[in-house]
Formats: sequence, structure tokens, C-alpha cells
Amino acid sequence: MAKGWKKAGWITFFVLPGALIVFVFILLPLFMSLFNSFFQWNQLIRGEFAGLENFKRLFTGYPYQQRFMNALGNNLKWFAMTMLIQNALGILLGYALSRGIAGSGFYRRVFFIPVLFSIIAVGFLWGLYLRPNGMVNSLLGALGREEWKRAWLGDGSIATYTIIIVNIWRWVGFPTLVFMTAIDNVPQECTEAAYLDGVNEWQMFSKITLPLIVPSITIITVLTIIGSLNVFEQVYTMAGLDGPPNYATDTIGTLFYRTAFGSVDSGAPEIGIGSAIAVVIYLLTFFVSLGSITFTSSKEVEL
Amino acid sequence: MKRFLGMILSVCILLGLAAAPAFAQEVTEIQFWTWRPEDVDFYNKTIAAFEAANPDVKVVQNAIKNTEYNTILSAALAAGDGAPDVFMSRAYGGLQTFADSGYMLALDELMPELADFSDATRRGATSITDGKIYGVPAVSQTMLCYYNKDVYEELGLSIPKTWDEFLQNLEACKAAGYEALANGTKEGWCCEFLFGGVGPSFYGGNDFFDKVVAGETTFVDPIFVDAVQKIKDLTPYMPSMYEGVAYTDMQASFINELSAHFVGGSYEAGYFGSENPDLNFDIFAVPGEKAENPAYVSVYADMNFSIAASSKKQEAALKFLRFLATKEFGESMVNELKMVSSVPGVDVSANPFIARVLELQANNTPYLFLVGFRYEQPTGSSLFQAEAQSLMVGDKTAQEICQSVQDGIASYYAPFQK
Repeated sequence: MAKGWKKAGWITFFVLPGALIVFVFILLPLFMSLFNSFFQWNQLIRGEFAGLENFKRLFTGYPYQQRFMNALGNNLKWFAMTMLIQNALGILLGYALSRGIAGSGFYRRVFFIPVLFSIIAVGFLWGLYLRPNGMVNSLLGALGREEWKRAWLGDGSIATYTIIIVNIWRWVGFPTLVFMTAIDNVPQECTEAAYLDGVNEWQMFSKITLPLIVPSITIITVLTIIGSLNVFEQVYTMAGLDGPPNYATDTIGTLFYRTAFGSVDSGAPEIGIGSAIAVVIYLLTFFVSLGSITFTSSKEVEL
Repeated sequence: MKRFLGMILSVCILLGLAAAPAFAQEVTEIQFWTWRPEDVDFYNKTIAAFEAANPDVKVVQNAIKNTEYNTILSAALAAGDGAPDVFMSRAYGGLQTFADSGYMLALDELMPELADFSDATRRGATSITDGKIYGVPAVSQTMLCYYNKDVYEELGLSIPKTWDEFLQNLEACKAAGYEALANGTKEGWCCEFLFGGVGPSFYGGNDFFDKVVAGETTFVDPIFVDAVQKIKDLTPYMPSMYEGVAYTDMQASFINELSAHFVGGSYEAGYFGSENPDLNFDIFAVPGEKAENPAYVSVYADMNFSIAASSKKQEAALKFLRFLATKEFGESMVNELKMVSSVPGVDVSANPFIARVLELQANNTPYLFLVGFRYEQPTGSSLFQAEAQSLMVGDKTAQEICQSVQDGIASYYAPFQK
């Protein structure tokens, strides 16, 4: 009896610091945001209770509705491109590396190095490279491809995609490593048995390897969803807080920050609506992640 | 014996401590926050001068990066603890945020000398809710066109008196291989200040401003749409792929003498001068259609010094604030920071650049969106900045963006809603 209590005591002791930090820095602000979003705000002072007024203004009022829908659309672009390009590339590279192609030990390390860089440094440096007279355009000019030169971050139609590609460059090492490990963990007996049965490489990959690495796919998908909904630093460093040009690169992260805190040149803070945006971001992330975990878990195959 | 000596020692120390305050003067320490880490040395000198004249007050400076200043200041004032006593405050709408929240002390009775400041500068420090003044106006900024004097001499150009002459000058610079105009449009606010330099001579300066603020005309007035079109007409002279040229790129281009013109604010002069002392530059107001019409410049109040309402050392803070409203401080701002001080009666003869700015300010008009329409969301500035970017790349026409700006402001601006 006493031993059980003692064990519980030790567990609590080890878990408490982490739990306390999560509570103070994550849960408490979350509830405070929720609380704030139900009130009307006069500049920085909380006014009277306003119920769901802030949420109503966010979804139907001008200009929040169009800004929010525009930003959400951009987040969807982030998710789609990251899933289709980054994660597909991750599986491809992970598969190649686990098959032990020449130099895989070297490539493994090189692919992962950008993941370790500070996101601010990456955003800032790539922002310099992508200037009209920057490295990227100079390189295109040197290759004789003058017509491919663009204002990568200034042209509204390609700005978001440019930022996404820089982000993919930075992150691709992470899914590569995760998938490489997962593929390495597929039991050898399965693959050998499959070879004996006479399957080709593609069937091996789609029918044997893929189903067995579904847990990793789940993890990467959920992280991608959370990442796409939370993207902020990349846009802030490369394009700016207002998501220029003309909100083409705006995301719900920058929209939230701009609304809640105001931006220097053009906006006074609107804390009520900002808090409402924060709550919406949280609920969106929570339910979409939950949905994707449930969906992919059902695809898990027992060995 | 030891114990006895120990007791004597403690008694002596206690007596010493008790006597100390009687010898030292009562020094109040106040916190002073600025958003100019670039000017830390200047403010340290100011503080030294102030402390020499007021030995009972000690000022501690804290300079915070411009883009983070508002957030950090709001958090500190809301918390109460760790809040500054005297701080730099934004003008117009930025002031409104803090004044309405009750974070600033009204200065009408405490500083009667503020009545001598000009109306234009007082406007930036006055709350539109209760009409009281909440800060000491510090500087005013002017939107004008910088030009490279060496390039002008080389190509035999002179200051343009009409818009056509201005375009001809730009053409000549472009033909000679220079970037005629350094301005780019990657950052929204660059579009706003480009319009601030070019627009007023076309939309009719103060006449238009007074009417539009009162709701007697709108932003789709043909005269305004025409003014907006003028910045689009400048695109052939901007750097190639100007939609990707950011603010620092523009500055670098002009400083390194790659471009001949730069439309921007009077605050650039100090930076240009310090980055390239060999740069020979001067300024002119962008002209309108006809030489007879005055060439307007947009002017706005940029900075105030305010006292926190929650400050426990208001008397000491007020002393410092009064110092910041003196002519001596105004002159030091002119001479060292090369900014146009708002303090009345400041002698600018020592600084030819500032004298020239004041000359151009003879035809001044408020910087349209900042002064008149930056009080509520979505601010006129944020609307114009975003729409202008679409205009400059050719996605929208001047008429379309003026309509968007009008609709956006009309959603909350009472005079437009009648």
C-alpha cells in the first residue's frame, strides 16, 4: 500500500515541473485568450462582456472576414505544398537512404543540417538571396536564363510559394530522417519473404513498406498540419507582418499578431478580435489534428 | 573582549547608516524609454545636460527596437510594474491607443508652454476623444524628393518646376545608366510615403484634406484618382523588378549613388549623411502640373514625449519633460539628429538642410492617411498601402484602389456614412 503511494509520489515529482511549465505558459494563456475574446476592448482596456460578438465580427465583419479567409487560404496552400512536396520528397529520400545508395551516410547528415538552423536566420538570409539583384537572380542570369528572373518576394502570384519552398528546403531533412528510420525498422523477414514471392520494387514499396510505416506518416502529417497552421516566422522575416504584397503572403499567424498587437505603420491593436483569432487557430489545429490521427490510425496495419 | 568590540562595531555601523541619508541628497530615479536605439548616445548627452542642471533627478534610458516598442510598452504600462515614467509616444492614432486607455497624463495644466507650439504639431499629441494634449511634440517629418547633386551637375539638370520637367529629369538619368528613382514597392509603407511626396501637389493639398476629413468629398473624387495615377506613372523609372525592392535596398541604392532620386521622409538625411559622407544630396518638393501652383509637401508630427499616468515620480518626470520642451533641446535635435524639431523658436541657421526643409514646409499639408485616418481599424494607411501595391504591379487600376480605400474607410468613418 505504502509502496504504491511512494511510487505515485515519485511520478508526480518528476512530472510536476514539466506540467507546471505547460500549465503556466501554454494552458493559462490559452484560457486567458478565450476569456479575453468574450469581451469588448477599448484600445488596451477591457470593456464590457460581449459574448460571441468578436467571433461574429471576425467571420462576417469587414475587413476581418476577407482577411481571415485570405489568410486561411494561404495556410491551406502551405499545407498542400508541404504535404505534396516536402513529405513526398521525405519518403523518397528516406527510401533511397535506407537502401544504402552511394554516399548515404554523407547525405543523411547534409540533408539534416538546415533543420538545425535558426528559422530567423534562414528567413533573413533567403530574403537577401531572393532580392531582385540577389544571388538567385544573378545565378539565373549566369546560367543564361534572363527570362526566369522574377521579383520572388514582391510578385503577389509567386511570393507565398517562394516562402514555402524556402521552408521546404529547411525542413525536408526531418521527414527524411523519420522515414528512413521507419523504413529501416520494417522487419527483414517481411522483405525477404516478399522478394522470394517475386515482387518488384514498386509493389514492395506500396504493399509492404508503406503500410508498415503508417505510424510515422501519422506523426509527420500531424506535425505538418500544426506547422502549416502556425506558420509565422517565415512570413514575418521574409515578407513582413502585413503579409505584403497586398496580403498575398498573409497567414492566420501574422493576421493574429497584427490584430492583437497592432503593426507599427498601419494598425492599432484590437485585442478582442485578436484573441478570437487565437481561439479559432487553436480549435482548428486541435480538431484537424485529431481528425487526421483518427483517420491514419485506422490505416495502421498490425504485423 | 571580542564580544564587546563586536558590539561597538555594530553600533558604529548603525550610526553610520542612520547618518548617511542626512549627507546624501534625495535623488529620484526615473525611467525613460525610447524607440531609437540608433540615438542612444544623443539621449545620453541630453540626460547628462539635464542631470547637471537638476542634480536631484537621475534619468535611466532604455532604448527598444522600433518594431517591438508598441508591444513592449503596452505590456509594461498594463502591468504597472516596470513601466517607464517618461516615454516616447507615437502621434495621432498611436497616441490615441495609450491616451484612451488612461496610460498617459494630460499636460494641459501642467505645461502651459505647450500652448505656444504650432497647431500642426499639437495635433499629433492631442487626443481626439477629449481634446487634451498628452505629450510634448518632438519632431515633424516632411515627405520630399532627395536628389544626387553630382548627377544633376554631370547631366546638366536643374530642379524641376513642373511634373513634366521632373519626368524629363528622370528620363535623362535613366538614359545615362543610373536608376532614375530608387523607390521600390515591396513594403507597403514605401508606397504610402511615395504618395505622400508626389500626391499633394495633384490632389490640391489642404483644400482636399479639409474637405475629405469633413466628408464633403471622397477618395473617388477624380482629382484624387488622378493624383494616385501619378505614382503609377513613375514605375518606368523605378528599378527593374521594383516590386521586390525593399526599404533598405532603396536606401542602399541612393547612398551608393546607384540611383539619382529618392522620394522619402526628412528623417533619411541623418542616415544618408552618416552612411556616406561623400554623398552630395539636396531636396526639392515634387512639383505639380503647373509651375505657378505651389509644390506641396506632406508633413506630420512624428514623436512626442509623454508621462505615464501610473508614474510614482511625476514631479521628477515633469522636470525632465519640461527640459525636453526647451529650445536648447530642440536645437540639439536639429544639429545632432538632423530632424526638424517641433519646439517653437528654434534657431536652425547652423543646419542648412533643416533650413531648406523648413523652406519647403512653407507649402505644407498634413500627411493624408496618417493624420486623418489612422484612428480606427482598418486604418486608411493599411488600406492604401496594400491597395497601392496592387496598383504598382498593374493588378488594379487607380480608380479601383481608390474605391476600395473609400469603401474600407466608409465602413467606420462617420462623415462618410451620411
